[in-house]
Amino acid sequence: MARGIKDKVAIIGMGCSSFGERWDCGAEELMVEAFEEALGDAGIDRSQIEAAWFGTAFDKVHVGGSALPMATTLRLSGIPITRVENMCATGTEALRGAAYAVASGAADIAVAMGVEKLKDTGYGGLPAGSKGTLPDLWVPNGSAPGNFAQLATAYSAKHGISSEDVKQAMAHVSWKSHQNGAKNEKAHLQKAVTMDTILGAPMIAEPLGLFDCCGVSDGSACAILTTPEIAKALGKTDIITIKALQLCLSDGVEASFNSWDGSHFATTRVASKKAYEEAGIKNPREEVSMFEVHDCFSITELVTMEDLYISEEGGAVRDILDGFYDADGGVPCQIDGGLKCFGHPIGASGLRMAYEMYLQLQGKAGERQLKDPRIGMTHNLGGAPHNNVAAVAVIGRMD
Amino acid sequence: MTQSVGITAYGAYLPRLRLDRASIAKAHAWAMPGLRGQGEGERSMADWDEDAITMAVEAARDCLQETDRSSITGAYLASTTLPFADRQNVGVVASALNLGRNIKSMDIAGSMRAGTSGLIAALRGAGQGTTLFAAADARKAKPASTNEFQYGHGAAALMLGSEGIVATFMGSNTVTADFVDHFRGAGEDEDYAWEERWVRDEGYMKIVPETVQGLLDETGVAAGDIDHFIMPCTMGRVASGVAKRLGINDEALRDNLAANVGDTGAAHAILMLAHALEDATPGQKILLVQFGQGADALLFETTDALSSLPARKGVAGAIARGKTETEYMKFLSFQDQVSIDFGMRAEVDNKTALSTEYRKKDMVTGFMGGQCSQCGTVQYPRTLYCVNPNCKAHDSQEPISFADVPAAVMSYTADWLSYSPSPPYYYGQVQFENGGRVLMGFTDVDPEDIAVGTSLKMVFRIKDFDKQRGYRRYFWKAAPAA
Repeated sequence: MARGIKDKVAIIGMGCSSFGERWDCGAEELMVEAFEEALGDAGIDRSQIEAAWFGTAFDKVHVGGSALPMATTLRLSGIPITRVENMCATGTEALRGAAYAVASGAADIAVAMGVEKLKDTGYGGLPAGSKGTLPDLWVPNGSAPGNFAQLATAYSAKHGISSEDVKQAMAHVSWKSHQNGAKNEKAHLQKAVTMDTILGAPMIAEPLGLFDCCGVSDGSACAILTTPEIAKALGKTDIITIKALQLCLSDGVEASFNSWDGSHFATTRVASKKAYEEAGIKNPREEVSMFEVHDCFSITELVTMEDLYISEEGGAVRDILDGFYDADGGVPCQIDGGLKCFGHPIGASGLRMAYEMYLQLQGKAGERQLKDPRIGMTHNLGGAPHNNVAAVAVIGRMD
Repeated sequence: MTQSVGITAYGAYLPRLRLDRASIAKAHAWAMPGLRGQGEGERSMADWDEDAITMAVEAARDCLQETDRSSITGAYLASTTLPFADRQNVGVVASALNLGRNIKSMDIAGSMRAGTSGLIAALRGAGQGTTLFAAADARKAKPASTNEFQYGHGAAALMLGSEGIVATFMGSNTVTADFVDHFRGAGEDEDYAWEERWVRDEGYMKIVPETVQGLLDETGVAAGDIDHFIMPCTMGRVASGVAKRLGINDEALRDNLAANVGDTGAAHAILMLAHALEDATPGQKILLVQFGQGADALLFETTDALSSLPARKGVAGAIARGKTETEYMKFLSFQDQVSIDFGMRAEVDNKTALSTEYRKKDMVTGFMGGQCSQCGTVQYPRTLYCVNPNCKAHDSQEPISFADVPAAVMSYTADWLSYSPSPPYYYGQVQFENGGRVLMGFTDVDPEDIAVGTSLKMVFRIKDFDKQRGYRRYFWKAAPAA
């Protein structure tokens, strides 16, 4: 395996807009909100930015195609800007592009920006549209909850865990995220809810009820990257660096071959293994202080904690119900509320996860600050269980 | 005739749903309490994803069974509810059945006699080769009309040829008379009918005996020798009146399936013929009549080969699989007779790239996947590199049909968020016995019928409507096999 980029890239500034139904804002206002915060945090001038990556997934419902909306909105003059899209993993893709630019020496300072203005569609949930001219002819017209709900039926069947127990653990996942989100003033949903409310909610895609699903939010997030050396030269102390960035895509095996059992993410397993290796992590359950995982649905978080090798296979239900992933548990997960409560503006989500790690590692997470975290990991997933893009990032303090 | 021709196999299809007629009467009772008397029994109703084409495909599959599809030399589809006015409808049926390209093909429409007149034409041209003849109809009727109670949706199919005849074609006679008992203007959805008593007295009772007598005279067969008399007619006692006038025995009169199926339009005579063949024994004479701007009469005689024809679901099987439906509003909505607000998700543009569809015709319409010639892996969709992670061979896949391969549910959901004309939208991963795996939409599902491991069969259905352009696209769906 390649040497990787551990400690070659430092994060010197981050910004994140408030997430939610930002009726008074377009993508432009959201981008500027995150960008201004990040610039102020980094203490640099925009003229120092040498390259940028722009992540947005549902361009057709807000900014349109290309990276031009970023260049013109943020008045970034004369620099290369690349638009990336990799479904819900888009935000981490933007981070990856900018990080590799810095690590390679192609740019001293690079910016990753992710944005999604979703609440101009007129309805809840993600926009529906063409899947491509050939998939439109045969692929079912399912929804995201419909695709992910199938994990639950397959997981129950595989592990012989009753659907009631799985449902209970799923509810605890959402309960915990609501508890955490209530302490985040930028979160879309800032209200704690009871287990009864979660378990009694209307069905969206069986067995996922309303509270098993994250909402759809407007928002943006931004990261400014440079090398640790330049960071020091800029007067930065307590430097936060990227330890690993890994991406793994389905190659069609889960969808069309017969080796996958439908109960887990094959891609996440590969990406996380490579990330631990890149970051030099031997025992993730002991070494990783906290996680922001792609909890688009409660069941996604449940099985992901196994695919990240934190819970044993078939053991996530028990860990969740034991409170292992709660704010005061062994490895807190979704400490900012997660997609579930912070919100899920698609292109911004991967960067939003990194933002929470960045705050926590610097001790700047306010009321929800964890005690002395050293290593944080983000997991950002696009697509569906049978066909997806898994992106993980390990971020930590530079010792 | 120098060479005998006739029917070599038959098949039938009825949609699973059977609308309880009492539910129709109840829905209209506020305005027409008198309809209560018609609220007895059930009528078949197409699901939202069924039409004349899909029903014809299923009837044809029941008819063809294991028949080598490449032996078929002609295909006909008769219907008054063909989904396309200009795009050969039987062409879709032929593609779904993976018939070859070198076949004669034709749609027949325009009258209740489309089924029988089409059959006469097909039989007279059936000297060489094997012809598939299908008839299907899914007529709409005005809410609260008598037709709404009496119509049913269904299809039947016959294989015609000169080898392996189970019912020999003895002859036919046709009378053409522009007697307008009912009509449906071009572009109209529903029929307009004249007074039943006139239709009975001046129509059926005069035109049908004239037509049948002509046939009996020509073939030299005595009315009393008819074993099965088939005459679709929803008016009470008309068929028996005609039989009596002609001297046909009472016992020969076939059940018109009014009680539990309804009148399936241009398909009905063919459906009743299939039903008769299920009951008939070798050496029996079957007389088939269809009224409509005149009348057609056809005479068949069953052969010994009938007893050795492999078992099929047929009409009896189709009737047996019925599920009672009591939601009248669902029926209206499925037929687009009421516009339900399904929300903005229903607004999605379902434009079909016709060039893509043609390029992938066998894969999509014919449900042909691929089998790797190097490692044997079976997969859908067929791709340029084998999906087996240990193979990945290039250009190695031979077409292989998935349509008749047994399968089971691997995972599934009932999705209330996605738009479906019949919520919730059931779909999931389907594991085929040949090793293939496909994410598919489900149909004909009841909540209690579905679980991980449930056995599935494949059925040909409408996938999406493009209401903006008047197009519809078809694909295969998984349905509980039981």
